Amino acid sequence: MAFAAGVDVGSTQTKAVIVDEAGVIVGRALIDTGANVIKAAEDSFLLALNEHEIDEEEVEYVVGTGYGRYRVTFGNTQVTEISCHGRGAVHLFPNTRTVVDMGGQDTKAISVSAEGEIVDFCMNDKCAAGTGRFLGAAAAALDIPIDDLGPVSLRSTKPIKISTTCTVFAESEVLAWIGKGKKIEDILWGVHKSIASRSAGLMRRVGINDEITFTGGVSRNLGMVRALEERLEKPLNISDDCHYMGALGAALFALDHVLTGRTPVSTVSGVTL
Amino acid sequence: MTTLDTTHDLVGRGNREGAAMFREWFEELDNTAKTGGQSAYVFVMGSINEILKTFDLPVVFPEINSLQTAVRHVAHEYLEEAENYGYSPDICGYVKADVGTQLRGGEHPMAQIPKPSLTVLTNACNTYIKWAEIWERMYGTPTFTIDIPGTRQAGKQTWQGDRDFEADRKYVEVQLRELITLCEEVTGKKFDIDKFREVLGYANTMSRSWKRILELNNAKPSLFSALTDGTIFLGVANGFRGTEEGAQYFERVVEEMEYKAANGIGQTIDEKYRLLFVGVPCYPIFRRFNELFTEWGGTFVNSTYLWFASGGTNRGFEYDLKDPVASLAEGVLVSVRDAMDSMFHQNEVLEDMANDFDVDGIIYHPIKSCRTVSTGLADGRKHMTEKLGIPSLFIESDMMDRRVVSEAQMKNRIDAFFEGLESRRQQTLSDGKG
Repeated sequence: MAFAAGVDVGSTQTKAVIVDEAGVIVGRALIDTGANVIKAAEDSFLLALNEHEIDEEEVEYVVGTGYGRYRVTFGNTQVTEISCHGRGAVHLFPNTRTVVDMGGQDTKAISVSAEGEIVDFCMNDKCAAGTGRFLGAAAAALDIPIDDLGPVSLRSTKPIKISTTCTVFAESEVLAWIGKGKKIEDILWGVHKSIASRSAGLMRRVGINDEITFTGGVSRNLGMVRALEERLEKPLNISDDCHYMGALGAALFALDHVLTGRTPVSTVSGVTL
Repeated sequence: MTTLDTTHDLVGRGNREGAAMFREWFEELDNTAKTGGQSAYVFVMGSINEILKTFDLPVVFPEINSLQTAVRHVAHEYLEEAENYGYSPDICGYVKADVGTQLRGGEHPMAQIPKPSLTVLTNACNTYIKWAEIWERMYGTPTFTIDIPGTRQAGKQTWQGDRDFEADRKYVEVQLRELITLCEEVTGKKFDIDKFREVLGYANTMSRSWKRILELNNAKPSLFSALTDGTIFLGVANGFRGTEEGAQYFERVVEEMEYKAANGIGQTIDEKYRLLFVGVPCYPIFRRFNELFTEWGGTFVNSTYLWFASGGTNRGFEYDLKDPVASLAEGVLVSVRDAMDSMFHQNEVLEDMANDFDVDGIIYHPIKSCRTVSTGLADGRKHMTEKLGIPSLFIESDMMDRRVVSEAQMKNRIDAFFEGLESRRQQTLSDGKG
């Protein structure tokens, strides 16, 4: 049995996925990226292999993706996470035509074809407004675990409106609302709505088409799922594997090579960034 | 001379000679500053070099001075100087780098920049007007603003023979005659109509050649990078307009490009994707920005920048030397209007460019510190996508401020754009086979 792997080195977390020849996920791993990006890539890959005790030699091709894709030193080639999220989303949800990927420092809206090719894409520019970092800043200000953000926000009955979109100023605005005696759940729902509004704007720039798949780490946050669905007035495709979508797409590009010999489209020069 | 020798001599000559002339120009400015000579501050969209050269006034292009600080990786020092003085981070980076230069007494990495004896500007950029007011306050410099009637409605330009056009031309002519009088006052020289005709003749050669050079780049493979090589040509086009050296230089670039076209000599990389560039270059990482495209075999075959930053001289308008002032007015009207159109009403010209140059993609580069040139780009992109279906990429950074230039983010977008282009090309090829 031959296997293929994708390693997605993100700004916050590194994900690895192993697929079999049928494109079924047989191993996955998720770790914090930390300061040693090369080690994070290696560790996540080894952890994913361990899930089903697959030997490293059985993995015939590895594609690196994410900001640290050129740090996947054992990878055969690199593909951007934009292409990988599109490919992965269409694999899991074949009717996907729009992907919203919310990660640690970017939010991306991606328009995809039925074949999973990128038609258009749009990302937040040089600030972390409307991304996972924005939620992280709110969690820090409120001193609650990130995993609790969604469930707590869903208890809101009187949401407040967060006016800033700046991640740095979000913390002071949240504190100001606490000072005014507002409930944490109402503040948090306001934060989620603010991010949903900004993300919906990005999605409109590439066109919102059936179906929409929500990917990236923030897709695990049910408050954000609800906020986006309300804003878009459409249901979103989500699954437990949405967090691994970049790595899954990378693994599928790697599988193309295993099955057909086709090398994924990539720059040939190993540019270090 | 053998073909090999000819190739060695001709290919790249425009870049070598252009760079040398650019340095000479700044050496002249340095000398002017050190000897206390006069100079005129002008702008790329309507420099009116033709009149200023007639009075032997060295020209200073503060826009070019500013972008040179970015190319030489010291722009942040100048921007901070202006910001520490009190200018907002949101004000045009070109303006702030110039303010920094003035606050440093003209100290610039290329030369000592002389103070202005006269400022000449047009309304092609709204910031020009506010910028010139700074020198007026700093030095009491006489400022002459030429109001150029632009296009009233996209695609509705008036032309020779039309009553409105003649009224606009006369309006510009009256202003140019006032400028001649002001130049006489500032320099103490009488206007020499014969010298003026000579200057116009040189400008004609340059405009004719520039138009030809741009047209020749539709060769496959393309002959020069509209982003990098083109910017060298632009420097000479602005600094040496109306001079014999400038005219000769452009004739020699035509010779080089015709030779390259005839011999199938393209840019230094294998051309896989032919691209158009819309906007102002990313000067803080000028070479690297271009490499992010050439790594994928992407070449820039034309750009709106080569049009508007040459003051619309890409049109190739040639002056009638029998009626020089009236004809200069007509040329300024047509060319500066065209420069404005290539920023504000660019859909039609981009459609022509896309078809004539058989392009695979369009790169839109809105910049943070220039709303004038960036505001309409989203509309333009939408239009081109819907009408021609040409893939395009929108990447925002800045022409001056490295604080808002993120190379990693930029590379991610550019790589994803090419991944899409390549997979579509592979799909088309496999459909064709099927």
